[in-house]
Amino acid sequence: MKKIYLDYAATTPVSEKVYEKMNPFFSDCYGNPSSLHSQGRKAKEAVEKTRKNIKNKLNAKKHKLVFTSGGTESNNLAIKGLAYKNPSKKHIITTKIEHDCVLNTCKWLEKQGYEITYLSVDEEGFVNLEELEKNIKKETLLVSIIHANNEIGTIQDLKKISQICHQKGTILHSDACQSFTKVPIDVIEEDIDLLTINAHKIYGPKGVGALLIKDYLNVEPLFHGGHHEEGIRSGTLNVSGIVGFGEAINEISLKNIEHMTKLRNKMIKELKNIKDVRINGSLEKRLCNNINVTFKDAEGESIVLHLDNRGIFASTGSACSSNTLKSSHVLSAIGLKQEDSHGSVRFSLGKETTEEDIDYVITNIKETISLLREMNPL
Amino acid sequence: MVEYSKKVMDNFFRPKNMGEIKEADGVGKVGNKVCGDIMYIYIKVEKKENKEYIKEIKFKTLGCAAAIATSSIITEIAKGKTIEDAKKITKEDVAEQLGGLPPIKMHCSNLSS
Ligand SMILES: Cc1ncc(COP(=O)(O)O)c(C=O)c1O
Ligand code: FES
Repeated sequence: MKKIYLDYAATTPVSEKVYEKMNPFFSDCYGNPSSLHSQGRKAKEAVEKTRKNIKNKLNAKKHKLVFTSGGTESNNLAIKGLAYKNPSKKHIITTKIEHDCVLNTCKWLEKQGYEITYLSVDEEGFVNLEELEKNIKKETLLVSIIHANNEIGTIQDLKKISQICHQKGTILHSDACQSFTKVPIDVIEEDIDLLTINAHKIYGPKGVGALLIKDYLNVEPLFHGGHHEEGIRSGTLNVSGIVGFGEAINEISLKNIEHMTKLRNKMIKELKNIKDVRINGSLEKRLCNNINVTFKDAEGESIVLHLDNRGIFASTGSACSSNTLKSSHVLSAIGLKQEDSHGSVRFSLGKETTEEDIDYVITNIKETISLLREMNPL
Repeated sequence: MVEYSKKVMDNFFRPKNMGEIKEADGVGKVGNKVCGDIMYIYIKVEKKENKEYIKEIKFKTLGCAAAIATSSIITEIAKGKTIEDAKKITKEDVAEQLGGLPPIKMHCSNLSS
């Protein structure tokens, strides 16, 4: 049976090139970058070269880059780290469509006495800039806004957002796990204070990420230990992972982006031909590989399992598949009714996806949906 | 994603008695507030020696895999039973027949009881 993976937003494979780059750092060049001897220095050199390359990619001339265990840690470090360092400011602004690792960090801080403002978004998933401006006050420590949303792919205008934040004297953090290398980011031009990125969405290994921090900003470490990463993130560096991360930033080329955009548009067009279908998220400012669709009168988990049975791997944020039974907070935020967010599925493309894949997927979606709709009693 | 037993998956992919009975003697309708899933059960009854038997039973369900599998298995269990016996079927019976359900999905078998 054909196997078509369309869940690249969840994670990507490690590319062959990345794998080969990482390989020597397991059993050959295995030194600890903190060691003085040449084995250690070699590892350190590889880490520092990677740090420089990633910073260059983002034009991070005025930022330090701290390696972490991934997006979750980077987001925690940005938000809690800043909060611990500035105990007098007890207000944080974020949005209703953040990844759980930002939302739950904020919810936790709420329990510690912080005031959190969760900005609403419009039906395409864009933050209301006036609402943002209105809500920034003297005590606002930080604004944290996801760059490209992981469920619906909507891309926020970080430049406009940072202008507002800085005019009103607060700091901007953005979670760019989904957009990094797919959408150009220039942290100077867009004036972003803290930026979260990770490796496993861009053909790098899982468990590696980074946080960019403006030079003059300080964050309190989450882990205390042996002073690695200027004391901000202790723990022996994940050298092979970091090297893989550094290689992965070159995996998605402009050509790949054009290719994915073309296939995404094709798939959206063909999905719209199915009866009672809604495409969620912005059609213009959208991740090149994201498709989020609601099928009325069919349920997401059932759709995903039927597709899985036909060799197609997609994902659902619907109630019945998650472990909480709550429907997607992102789809609720863009105004979907509970029963509609139930029939929602996310397809996310990779650079390997072909036109034939899309044809095969569309055929199977049509069959699955009509099968499930036939079962619907209403 | 929650994990399902093979029996659940079998009943989900190849549901038994799916469909509608046009001139049904009774239609049971249940909805699930937790998740918005809906199940209709149609039955045709036959009288034998003063007892009412379920002669034919069919279902239609909008819902997750557990809801569909549960619908399928309940029709299998209830078929041929007297109305009285069929009423005694519990959600635990259904879950047991399905080789167990993940805890978070136990409510799906509620649909059927
Ligand atoms: C937008 C976003 N932020 C954060 C994360 C978490 O990153 P990680 O899995 O590296 O902890 C993910 C993906 O899982 C994501 O899509
Ligand atoms: S989660 Fe809705 S009935 Fe299963």
